[in-house]
Amino acid sequence: MPSYILEMQDITKTFPGVKALSNVNLKVEEGEIHAICGENGAGKSTLMKVLSGVYPSGDYEGKIIYRGEECHFKGIHDSEEKGIVIIHQELALVPMLSIAENIFLGNEHAHWGVINWHANETRTRQLLAKVGLSEDPQTLITNIGTGKQQLVEIAKALSKDVELLILDEPTASLSEKDSQALLDLLLEFKRQGITSIIISHKLNEINRVADHVTVIRDGRTIETLDRSQISEDRIITSMVGRSLEDRYPPRDPKIGEPIFEVKNWSVYHPQHPERQVIKNIDITVRKGEVVGIAGLMGAGRTEFAMSLFGRSYGRKITGEVFLHGKAIDVSTVGKAVDRGLAYVTEDRKVFGLNLIDTIKNNITIANLPGVSNVGVIDELKELDVANDYRQKTNIRSPSVFQKTGNLSGGNQQKVVLSKWLFSSPEVLILDEPTRGIDVGAKYEIYTIIARLAAEGRAIIVISSEMPELLGISDRIYVMNEGRMVGEMAASDASQEKIMRAIVRGEGKAAS
Amino acid sequence: MTDTAPTPQTGVAQDVSGGPRVPVSSLASNLREYGLVLALIAIMVFFQLTTGTLFKPVNLSNLVQQNSFIIVMALGMLLVIVSGHIDLSVGSVAGFIGALAAMMMVIWPLGGFLGNPLVVSIICLAIGGAIGAAQGYWIAYHRIPSFIVTLAGMLVFRGMCQGLLGGGSSVGPLPDSFKALSSGFLPELLGTWTLIPPTVNAAGKTIFGSGVTLNMTTVVLGVIAVLAYAISGVGARRTREKHGYAAEPFALFLVKTVVISALALFFVYQFAVYRGFPIVLVVMGILVAIFVFITRHTTIGRRVYAMGGNIKAAQLSGIKTERLTLYVFVNMGVLSALGGLIIAARLGQAVPAAGLGSELDVIAAVFIGGASAMGGVGQVISTVVGGFIMGVMNNGMSIMGVNVDWQQVVKGLVLLGAVIFDVYNKNKG
Repeated sequence: MPSYILEMQDITKTFPGVKALSNVNLKVEEGEIHAICGENGAGKSTLMKVLSGVYPSGDYEGKIIYRGEECHFKGIHDSEEKGIVIIHQELALVPMLSIAENIFLGNEHAHWGVINWHANETRTRQLLAKVGLSEDPQTLITNIGTGKQQLVEIAKALSKDVELLILDEPTASLSEKDSQALLDLLLEFKRQGITSIIISHKLNEINRVADHVTVIRDGRTIETLDRSQISEDRIITSMVGRSLEDRYPPRDPKIGEPIFEVKNWSVYHPQHPERQVIKNIDITVRKGEVVGIAGLMGAGRTEFAMSLFGRSYGRKITGEVFLHGKAIDVSTVGKAVDRGLAYVTEDRKVFGLNLIDTIKNNITIANLPGVSNVGVIDELKELDVANDYRQKTNIRSPSVFQKTGNLSGGNQQKVVLSKWLFSSPEVLILDEPTRGIDVGAKYEIYTIIARLAAEGRAIIVISSEMPELLGISDRIYVMNEGRMVGEMAASDASQEKIMRAIVRGEGKAAS
Repeated sequence: MTDTAPTPQTGVAQDVSGGPRVPVSSLASNLREYGLVLALIAIMVFFQLTTGTLFKPVNLSNLVQQNSFIIVMALGMLLVIVSGHIDLSVGSVAGFIGALAAMMMVIWPLGGFLGNPLVVSIICLAIGGAIGAAQGYWIAYHRIPSFIVTLAGMLVFRGMCQGLLGGGSSVGPLPDSFKALSSGFLPELLGTWTLIPPTVNAAGKTIFGSGVTLNMTTVVLGVIAVLAYAISGVGARRTREKHGYAAEPFALFLVKTVVISALALFFVYQFAVYRGFPIVLVVMGILVAIFVFITRHTTIGRRVYAMGGNIKAAQLSGIKTERLTLYVFVNMGVLSALGGLIIAARLGQAVPAAGLGSELDVIAAVFIGGASAMGGVGQVISTVVGGFIMGVMNNGMSIMGVNVDWQQVVKGLVLLGAVIFDVYNKNKG
């Protein structure tokens, strides 16, 4: 009979309008590495926030039993006191303070409010040694890379005498090498008796370190697998909940003449003017065609799209853009929109929506002239438009007067899509259109994309999820380090082929 | 992707709420506005009960004449704050423009046309706009924080105001036709009408009848305005219903319209009994109507809110945020200039301290009106009510004989209380 350090029983957490968790159960054994898997938006992070007290006791239903006693955490402080430390995906370090200051922030070795820097630094050195860092404690956080920042976060957790360490997608922004080092560190902690919970998408990492895997889908626990049962296929099947074949709506592409062409497009970095971010890119998109752009993080895909869309990124932009064979001016967002371009951003909360305003006002903001006469808004026409798109894109909300900040990710994405559909673009660029939304909503977004293509628009989809690109595109460009390094018909593309193009491209760039 | 409250990116898209939400939410969203109006009425009734003079016709005219410049400037400040900025220079700009106007009319030998009060006023408004553009340029195109640019403007224009007036002296008296802007009343075009002609006995004493004479121009204008308000409200309701959209419940609409109309008519009557509408009230009323229209019904108004709500999203939606920011500050400059003219006209002269500290009253009015310091939120009518709450408290406490120092304390606490109330409500809702 294993002894459990943590049991979460029937956790249910509701946000205005949505049930984020429903009767989730999680049992973590003493001294193990427990992985939590699930699609974006499945509720993993919410569950960890419940555990750490970010959502205080009373905000959710269910029980948290830690070391045999029921806990009611009112805040992070309570959980940290018990030795539960969570490291969030977005690092909580102050960039302009030193490593030592960050590690002991709010927890300084001090006497009557006067900090004993010597003690702080000595202790910092010890902690850094434990996580394998040899940095000077006085180094500013901003001067070390993301990988090392992650390790500083872990050192900070160690300073709090951690017994249960929770890492929320710790390797998401790390290089392969840093990720390996981090995983090794977790295994080392395991030997020292520290229990870890790791939230991850990367199945190979889970395979390597996890003793148990709990899969969460749509806010419910699906199953907990032990080491002998862990396999990628098994995890994927239970994460997705349906076989991969029906994840994409059927399409019957009718591809016409080229509509949209970009020639010799180059862009330099906005802060480092000597760095060329986009290097002489040519692309063509045909009528009714869905073109995917694949690539690793940092390949320059978003930068490419944003620089096309009214020079919203970069400087010293050169190159030509053609619509129906005619050169067009896309030097401002307004002009780009007028010429029939639309760009659906990868970060809808930061770049896509006014979260404190209504669905209606968000849908019409990019095309106000479409609902107004000489600058005066026709309120009823606007309402009709908003309701029309709410229906067309299936936005689930009581009315179009709902604030977009209260919607789920999938519905927010539909609002952003509606906004750009209402500007009736001929060319639609979708940047990570399904990031952070659930499977059901993904399917709906794919359906909308398929419909738009069927209407004869040219569509460019940027996505880091290769299966998605393979599932919805007609043709795929592969981008790496600011260049197009491959182009293939989706019918004879595969994940391996795309990866090979990237790797070959890397070789080329190096030579 | 992490889930962050309050926007969970969760899979379970089942609505926990449901039911007919439209009327309820429209009521809830307007609750604050109603609450604010009720607070103003409560404060007015309180001072009426304690002083007995607040509602007196002559005092109402005073109240309007004392506070209109705050409200005029608050209209501009609302847009500044909604767009996510602040303008600390408005008091100094008002003082500078007042001084400039006085110099043009009294000291400088500009001759007939250029010395004409109307021409001077128009020139001054244009200069106000230019000042706004000069500050807005740095804020909009060079991303210098508005707090800093306008803090500099506050020092610069206060200094220029004092310099222009030659040290500590004041310049006046200003022409009567100019002073009419603040202290004048609408000219009597329709004649007066005695409500109930008094019956006088042999000794010459009134034994029956009030002898109240009404200024008919004011009565007619006031009634027309109230009717226009009621009819447009009914009209808007009808078209909404015809298109199949739920309007607010009829009972609520009826109560709201009747109460507001009755209140308006009460004030119309009070003004008519005295000397009619003050000119400055009419100016303010027209401006308020224009700004309500701009913020609620025009694309430029919508874009200001969008910009304040999320400037990056606004830019990527094709909104030219730099130009829009510039316009917002030009507008603020023009209204600061108008505020300066109103102050000078009321005092009858330009003084070095004109408008000193008024930027704080103006900003307070906007925040009491429920605008968000983060930008993107705020309403014209609420701002006007907020301005009047400040004004009535000034006026009422002065009548009560409360020391000016303590008046500041009370006003500060009211501002803090109003914003705490807002934040508390937002967190709860």
